[in-house]
Amino acid sequence: MARIIVVTSGKGGVGKTTTSASISTGLAQKGYKTAVIDFDVGLRNLDLIMNCERRVVYDFVNVIQGEATLNQALIRDKRVDNLYILPASQTRDKEALTHEGVEKVLNEMSETFDYLVCDSPAGIEHGALMSLYFADEAIVVTNPEVSSVRDSDRILGILQSKSRRAERGDDPVKEHLLLTRYNHERVERGEMLSIEDVNDILSIPLLGVIPESQAVLNASNQGAPVILDEDTEAGQAYEDAVARLLGEERELRFLDPQKKGFLKRMFGG
Amino acid sequence: MSFFDYFKTKKQTSASIAKERLQIIVAHERNTRDQPDYLPELQQELLEVIRRYVAIRDDQVQVQLDKNDSCSVLELNVTLPENER
Repeated sequence: MARIIVVTSGKGGVGKTTTSASISTGLAQKGYKTAVIDFDVGLRNLDLIMNCERRVVYDFVNVIQGEATLNQALIRDKRVDNLYILPASQTRDKEALTHEGVEKVLNEMSETFDYLVCDSPAGIEHGALMSLYFADEAIVVTNPEVSSVRDSDRILGILQSKSRRAERGDDPVKEHLLLTRYNHERVERGEMLSIEDVNDILSIPLLGVIPESQAVLNASNQGAPVILDEDTEAGQAYEDAVARLLGEERELRFLDPQKKGFLKRMFGG
Repeated sequence: MSFFDYFKTKKQTSASIAKERLQIIVAHERNTRDQPDYLPELQQELLEVIRRYVAIRDDQVQVQLDKNDSCSVLELNVTLPENER
């Protein structure tokens, strides 16, 4: 039985696809057979981030509608063993993700995979609800910024009332907070919500803090999940997050402000 | 914090303003999260009925549903203006 993890946020542009790519890559690197599934029908982008956009033949909706088998649609990652990508359809509308269809495909994948990472579209419409419905765990990607935090709280409410686990009265979906685009210096200057601030409001366990980093854009430009950039802080922060997801205890890193010289400390800047 | 910051007047940072605003709106939205869809319409219709007799503002009628283990309580709060008595 695979563990189903949804990467969600409500708000767009906070780093869901970046996170889905890196978390799934990290899980596969640890030896778990992992598939990352794009639920953003009509606006797929996971294929670009994973650098397999030219290898897409069949997609999620083709499998649901029986036009292709799962094995035909799954794309095997060329860099990391155990990692597969199931792309979203670019042409159909979101209603093509039927409840029964998604359940059937996830059940079939559950038999052979250890982890299924579901990349949710932004918003709280059908595609987003489908991506979280079957989840066992949720990674709520949040930027330290008012609209993102508010939307995350809204998504948490939906996880607690509209997921399969909630409807069945099973153990609730395990929630994780992943703070992305965190800029420690701006937090120090009082210009950005701190980890504690966001925690006080959302109060769910912290999975990790990804520092705002040039490496993220650099990675997506090249179609390589940033976790593969092992020399960068963002890559290492994702690696830490994967380890915590698997139950390891790890200290938060990269939160010390840059060492300032004596003059700079005296006169500011 | 630099040396000269000590002489500046203490001003609330934008982050602390953000936190306060978020705490208020999130608490408010959590309260209304589990409420049935008909409540806003019910509130609107109650307003109309009351307005036939008393002039009140939109925010002077509050409708809330509280659930206990055995029963649900529909709480209706109407604030009447001072000079209408």
